[in-house]
Amino acid sequence: MSALLAVEGLRVSFTTYGRTVEVLKGVSLEVPAGGHVALVGESGSGKSVTMKVIMGLLPQPPARIHAGRIMFDGRDLLTLPERERLRLRGTAMSMVFQDPMSSLNPVWTVEDQLMTILKYADRRLGRDRDRRGRRERVIEVLAQVRMREPERVAGSYPVMLSGGMRQRVLIAMALLSEPRLLIADEPGTALDVTTQAQILKLLRDLVEAQGLALLMITHNLGVVRETSDFVYVMNKGEIVEQGATADLFAAPKAEYTRDLIAAVPRLTGRGAA
Amino acid sequence: MSDAVTQDPGAPLSNAWQNWYRFSRNPGAVIGLVIVVTCVLAAVFAQWITPYPDHVGAVVDFRNRHQPPSWDHWFGTDNVGRDIFSRVIFGMQVSLTLAFVVLIIAVPFGTLLGLLAGYFGGWTETIIMRLTDIALAMPPLIMALAVAAVLEPSLMNAMLAIAALWWTWHTRLIYSLVRQIRSQEYIEAAETLGASKAHILFREILPNCVSAIAVKTSLDAGFVILIGASLSFLGLGIQPPTPDLGTMVADGASFLPGNWWQSMLPGAAILFVALGFNLLGDGLRDLFDVEDVR
Repeated sequence: MSALLAVEGLRVSFTTYGRTVEVLKGVSLEVPAGGHVALVGESGSGKSVTMKVIMGLLPQPPARIHAGRIMFDGRDLLTLPERERLRLRGTAMSMVFQDPMSSLNPVWTVEDQLMTILKYADRRLGRDRDRRGRRERVIEVLAQVRMREPERVAGSYPVMLSGGMRQRVLIAMALLSEPRLLIADEPGTALDVTTQAQILKLLRDLVEAQGLALLMITHNLGVVRETSDFVYVMNKGEIVEQGATADLFAAPKAEYTRDLIAAVPRLTGRGAA
Repeated sequence: MSDAVTQDPGAPLSNAWQNWYRFSRNPGAVIGLVIVVTCVLAAVFAQWITPYPDHVGAVVDFRNRHQPPSWDHWFGTDNVGRDIFSRVIFGMQVSLTLAFVVLIIAVPFGTLLGLLAGYFGGWTETIIMRLTDIALAMPPLIMALAVAAVLEPSLMNAMLAIAALWWTWHTRLIYSLVRQIRSQEYIEAAETLGASKAHILFREILPNCVSAIAVKTSLDAGFVILIGASLSFLGLGIQPPTPDLGTMVADGASFLPGNWWQSMLPGAAILFVALGFNLLGDGLRDLFDVEDVR
């Protein structure tokens, strides 16, 4: 399988208060079309910066990209003109936001917000779709994320929905414009574990059913096991280990990966509190 | 009672009805709303509801001067025999016009500057917020006095002078709100999707500020009316014979304490309007649960 997204030798530094810190020291990773890849690492390892560079959301300055390429569908995103970049963002590649509490504007209904997003996506793709067509698509996507009453959810304000429902709305938001790559930044971290498990299962089912590529960014090894086939482990701005998920859990090679796996609290076996 | 119970519990009340219900449970807010509505209606229909509409102008009726409050003259008469009640109602027109014009200039202007400063930051923020600080350092009453002294005392000049400084409070308020809202993920999401600056400012951020603006504006109305009355009291606002509450208090003051009604009752009218707007504003604040207004 050829890679849909390929990051090659990415080096990024931040300059603040006259000090320069290198946060990505030559990161390379690949997401094949339809593949499910996880990028795991602790806070400050550079995984969120990697995601922001891919999405083109890193403010420069203070950030500076020194070297590397980000190939998406055979084109280098870093040299693409801003207009072209914008066309891809939210359409061919879209993002599932992390925090269901702050990612929805409290003053608009779910429908208002999804309609606006779809309108912008359509405009960028030069797609002609009237209000009715857009509304149909919104309801369709809400049904895809397993909302029992999509019409009713569409007319609700975010405060009227539970955390899990809001997170599903965020997934619907990412799916609206039929992307090929979904980037998920620790979805469901703000939710309780049972709801998070449901969300992850839903996400997994959706990407499989629609043949989307998924790049899951997380610090949670449970999430990695649940959602990915291939893992990149990141520490201090470098990829320290990569491999198929099953192999990596069975036989971690890098010392850091072993530490990371050992750090997961176990609920089975002797002495479990 | 039974009517309330028969309503289908499964059908949720619309948002507007829920808000009205909560509002109506707050006695202060309802009193404030009633006062404000009464004053506005009285001012608008002054020509028809006042017992002596012609007493607005330069009318004299010396036989009836200095009459205490009676059935014929509810608020008594002044030193040239004009009905004070009629003049108070007409005075409301001036006060409310002042508040309306000042706020309709100052609120949109202040809000816009606050939005720009809060969203764009950097130089835009520095310039706007430092200008705001400078303008805040000048009390509106002093500014209006200065303008009235340099130009000529008139309603228009008073309105412009007050409006020229009043926007600052709104700029500060909106600025602080925008700073909080700007870091929300839904703003970042909109930016990611290439939404225009205008869309983000007016469709994503501004609606989140509306409740705070409404509260602040209704509170402000009371203060602007007080400032207008102060100006007239000092003789630098509305010029006679146009009736104005502040002017009436000042004129009547020379007949205190004997003819108390000539200044006390117009003064009470000022209190009444200002109180109404403040109660309304507080009620809205409770309703929207808005912090850091005032």
